[in-house]
Amino acid sequence: MTAKEANPSQPGGKSRTEDTAALLRELVAHLRQNRTQLREEWARRITQAKLLTAMTEEEVFAEATSVYDNYVEALETGTFEALQAYSRNLSERIIPRGVETHEVVGIVLLLRDTMARSLFGKYHEDFEKLNRILDAYEPAANRIANTVAVGFVQERERIIRQQQEAIRELSTPVLQVRERLLILPIIGVIDPQRARQLTEQLLRAIRANRAKVVVIDITGVAAMDSNVANHLVQTVEAARLLGATVIVTGLSPEIAQTLVTIGVDLSEMATVGDLQGGIEEAERLLGYKVVPLAEGQPA
Amino acid sequence: MEVPILKQGDYLIASIQSALTDADLSQLREALVERVGRFRSRGVIVDVTALDVMDSFAVRTLRDIAHMARLRGAETVIVGIQPEVAFAMVQLGLTLKGIATALDLEEGLNFLNRRGKERVDRA
Amino acid sequence: MPDNNSSVPIRSDVDIVSARQKGRELAAECGFEIGDQTVIAAAISEIARNILMYAKRGEIRFRGLADGDRQGMVVVAEDQGPGIRDVSLALQDGFSTSGGLGLGLPGAKRLMDEFEVVSEVGRGTTITMKKWIRRGHA
Repeated sequence: MTAKEANPSQPGGKSRTEDTAALLRELVAHLRQNRTQLREEWARRITQAKLLTAMTEEEVFAEATSVYDNYVEALETGTFEALQAYSRNLSERIIPRGVETHEVVGIVLLLRDTMARSLFGKYHEDFEKLNRILDAYEPAANRIANTVAVGFVQERERIIRQQQEAIRELSTPVLQVRERLLILPIIGVIDPQRARQLTEQLLRAIRANRAKVVVIDITGVAAMDSNVANHLVQTVEAARLLGATVIVTGLSPEIAQTLVTIGVDLSEMATVGDLQGGIEEAERLLGYKVVPLAEGQPA
Repeated sequence: MEVPILKQGDYLIASIQSALTDADLSQLREALVERVGRFRSRGVIVDVTALDVMDSFAVRTLRDIAHMARLRGAETVIVGIQPEVAFAMVQLGLTLKGIATALDLEEGLNFLNRRGKERVDRA
Repeated sequence: MPDNNSSVPIRSDVDIVSARQKGRELAAECGFEIGDQTVIAAAISEIARNILMYAKRGEIRFRGLADGDRQGMVVVAEDQGPGIRDVSLALQDGFSTSGGLGLGLPGAKRLMDEFEVVSEVGRGTTITMKKWIRRGHA
């Protein structure tokens, strides 16, 4: 803010905002008048710039129409709630189609430019007025671009969080292979949050299935540091507090080496080389006897 | 609040009904140890299903009960620890090393019966 | 977020039970899941017993927290007891001057996300501990 603007005794102060409002009204009228032409121009430039390639031309045109109208409305009213809601809704529809952040930012900036060029065309003879029109237009246009881009990014983050959650759930299945025996195959990277989730899920499953024995297979675990190892020890202990015995299988030589080196106490933990051996041991604990078919009853 | 202790054959069953103060826990310990001697019990079940949290004092008391009962010839099983209680316990660093645990009363009884049978088999 | 601001005086073992019950209720109101409600209740239980053992009397206060887009709960335990001579020693696993398991303070510290002890010998001790609601369930 300049000293001149800050001075209330300056007669320009109040009339200046009125002036801006009048300019915006004029601007909006112009954009409404030329809606068809500008919208087509914009859609053409979107295609040229190879944006929104995941969508058909008709779809791009339909969305362009809605964005255009919402844009002009935001310019006119100076409120952004409707635009915000619209951009969230738009994001929800186009994110599953694979539309990227730079594309959304790109199309909004293109619309800003398309409109600005049209203003140049209209006012190029009255340079002073063009300047004032642009002064009124720019802040509003920037805020609109910002609103749409932020809306998109927020929506995207929300979807990503949801997906991460879903993947986590999927990637830690607790399987009941037979009565009272659960298998928990852990695959991938374990971070503290996932370790916690695994434990909570396992403990609930022990109770729900009245499990007596749990085989935790860590063949698919890439690496283990002391944090993860301690979580594993905690999981085994917590399962035991519920009355279930845990057998850990698939400890690779590298992981075994690491655990010994960092001094994790595994003495309380039953370990068996591989999953197959672990299940056999579990069945033994449960009192099942595995008999080869040849020795069983003749079929 | 006093914890009711049921005598069922060779076993004593203490089922905790609500949150316990430290004094309640100490009283439970004394009552159980006294009764193990009086009834010459072979097994003790402490049902903690109703406890929504177990801190170091509660765990130490359960451990004392198990150790004292063992010295008097009875095996102790702690039953009914809730999943989230178990998880909080291990995060706190509390375990019940060397003390039997079971999912619920039924499992606890099964455990003691198996133990009893093993003892008879050995004899 | 509830701006519930409760305090529980600690003078006997009955108060330990009410402190952790009130704490659990507030944790539930703040939106903590049952697992973390239990963790908070256990931590309150440990520091409340700590007051009773060393200072004989004191107070536990708790309230909901909001910090930007994080939400959580803060628990403050305050006493005018003998104070802790060596705070870092008292926070070591297995340290106990009362013949206990030595899990009180270090245990509570492990359960919470933030844990701060301010103590002055002869003046008293204030423990401030915080837990934040874990993200990723949005």
